[in-house]
Amino acid sequence: MNVLSVERLNVTFCTDEGDKHAVRDVSFTLNNEKLAIVGESGSGKSTVGKAILRLNSPSTRVTADTLRFKETDILTCSEREIRALRGQHISMIMQDPKFSLNPVVTVGDQIAEALRVHRRISKRQAREAAIAMLQEVSIADPEHVYGQYPHEISGGMGQRVMIAMMVIPEPDIIIADEPTSALDVSVQQDVLNILNRLIEKKNISLIFISHDLNLVKKFCDRVLVMYGGRVVESIRADELSNASHPYTRGLMESLPSLRHRRETLPVMTRDPAWLTQEPLT
Amino acid sequence: MTRSRYLSVVRKVGVILITLLGLLTMTFVIGRLMPIDPVLAVVGPDADSSTYEQVFREMGLDRPIWVQYQYYLQDMLSGDFGRAILTGYPVVSDILRVLPATIELASVAILFGVGLGVPLGVYAATHRGRLGDHLTRLITLFGYSTPVFWVGMVGLIIFYAWLNWAGAAGRIGFAFDGMFTQYTGFYLIDTLLSGNWEAFVSAVRHIALPALILGLNSVSFIGRMTRSFMLEQLSQEYIKTARVKGLSERSVIWKHAFKNILVQLLTIVALAYGGLLEGAVLIETVFAWPGFGQYLTDSLLMGDMNAVMASVLFIGLVFVFLNLLSDALYKLFDPRTR
Repeated sequence: MNVLSVERLNVTFCTDEGDKHAVRDVSFTLNNEKLAIVGESGSGKSTVGKAILRLNSPSTRVTADTLRFKETDILTCSEREIRALRGQHISMIMQDPKFSLNPVVTVGDQIAEALRVHRRISKRQAREAAIAMLQEVSIADPEHVYGQYPHEISGGMGQRVMIAMMVIPEPDIIIADEPTSALDVSVQQDVLNILNRLIEKKNISLIFISHDLNLVKKFCDRVLVMYGGRVVESIRADELSNASHPYTRGLMESLPSLRHRRETLPVMTRDPAWLTQEPLT
Repeated sequence: MTRSRYLSVVRKVGVILITLLGLLTMTFVIGRLMPIDPVLAVVGPDADSSTYEQVFREMGLDRPIWVQYQYYLQDMLSGDFGRAILTGYPVVSDILRVLPATIELASVAILFGVGLGVPLGVYAATHRGRLGDHLTRLITLFGYSTPVFWVGMVGLIIFYAWLNWAGAAGRIGFAFDGMFTQYTGFYLIDTLLSGNWEAFVSAVRHIALPALILGLNSVSFIGRMTRSFMLEQLSQEYIKTARVKGLSERSVIWKHAFKNILVQLLTIVALAYGGLLEGAVLIETVFAWPGFGQYLTDSLLMGDMNAVMASVLFIGLVFVFLNLLSDALYKLFDPRTR
């Protein structure tokens, strides 16, 4: 059975200046795999991630034929049920640890809290689990780091803390929303390796939201390409070079390459018809 | 201690000294600008001109203004604030005597201000744009913009004259005056320590109305500030993180957002407390509360310059102290400033 099924998901932001249809008829299923959602900024990829956790603001209208985690209907379940889902079954790694960690709480307490919300365990047990988790994300001297505040650690370390915090309740799905784009290039690969090792070890499915096609090609199993709030193509990651949709092909062709000299990168041409066609699979 | 830390302490002390000098100078200028003849206040209206001349010279008023300023600074720095005409006691001992009444009043008022203002602000922020938010903003706008003496009068009419819930003028019923030991000067505490339950009830009935009315202003100020601090925090990314973890809305608000506004909140509470001492000048007059505000008002109307200047200086000192305190609290509570 699919862990997550999404059918005809639509998200509309209702603002004073009128409605903005940000996600249109997005459908996909997630099994035990690493699924990438790629697209330009504003293509709706992060909004899809938010909708899965029902984190959109109250003024946002979310509809879907199906939006289900295992047996739970995410759209209609109670507030209590969605809270039980968050963290424990589906969690999310955010982009920039500078903003996504609480500045006045020690990083260790923030990790321990993620566990204590869902488990009946003592403070001490949670502390020990958090320290063990810090070790798992390759942080040296975890006892010391436990008591540090977010401003005292580097961005790469902050993101490892974030990963520890989201992995510690051992969820079924992790949504990673551009988890490395705020980091120094030199630590991006480390962080990805840690994330990869943990989700494979703990058998966690991943939704990887990114705009980095090269990264996605290596890191994920399957790719959803979004354009203008729609999925235009769903394709296996190793097939990306043979993509059939002109938008995906255009994206691939705009990538500079280290191996071949390219005089001018092509400018993408966009076809309004893409906004109405059924996605290619 | 590192060099930069040392320098920052030096700078801080320097700033305090400059502030104090400025304060002393302002008080001196105010003293000279007041349309009151300080000699007349001492000698009385019936004194003959030779007595007047003598006192005029004794007070140094025949000297050039900068010499007067120098004498004034010397007196102040040696702790000599002179005697009050009204009571005949040194001004400092007068102020120390009336202070507990005001501190008691302001403290009850600030408890009310924080106890109601903070939850109100948090409620408004978490219900932004809804009816409760609009109502809260309307009420706090009213509380913030209505003069305290007016609310005081209306409060007296309703709760004293009509309903007879509140006690009359003063800190306690006449019957209980001198019926308990003054350990601290705070009647609410002293009556309890003396075990005089009825006196305590009388003290509560007397303090309730002036403290509530005085606190109304802080409720509004603290409520509005809390609301805007909370709104700022609730839009931050770490709040989303907290929700992703599966925390209840209550934990998100109190454990995460509120913890982040605590430092700012302490600062404005300290400022509000200073403001209450000022507000006390008005409310003490309306309720005949024998505190610092009434002492200042009486001295002012008497033209008792020693008392007035020392009182003004004292209020200034309180503000300097409260600012220092809130700086220190910042260091204590915000890990980023350590």
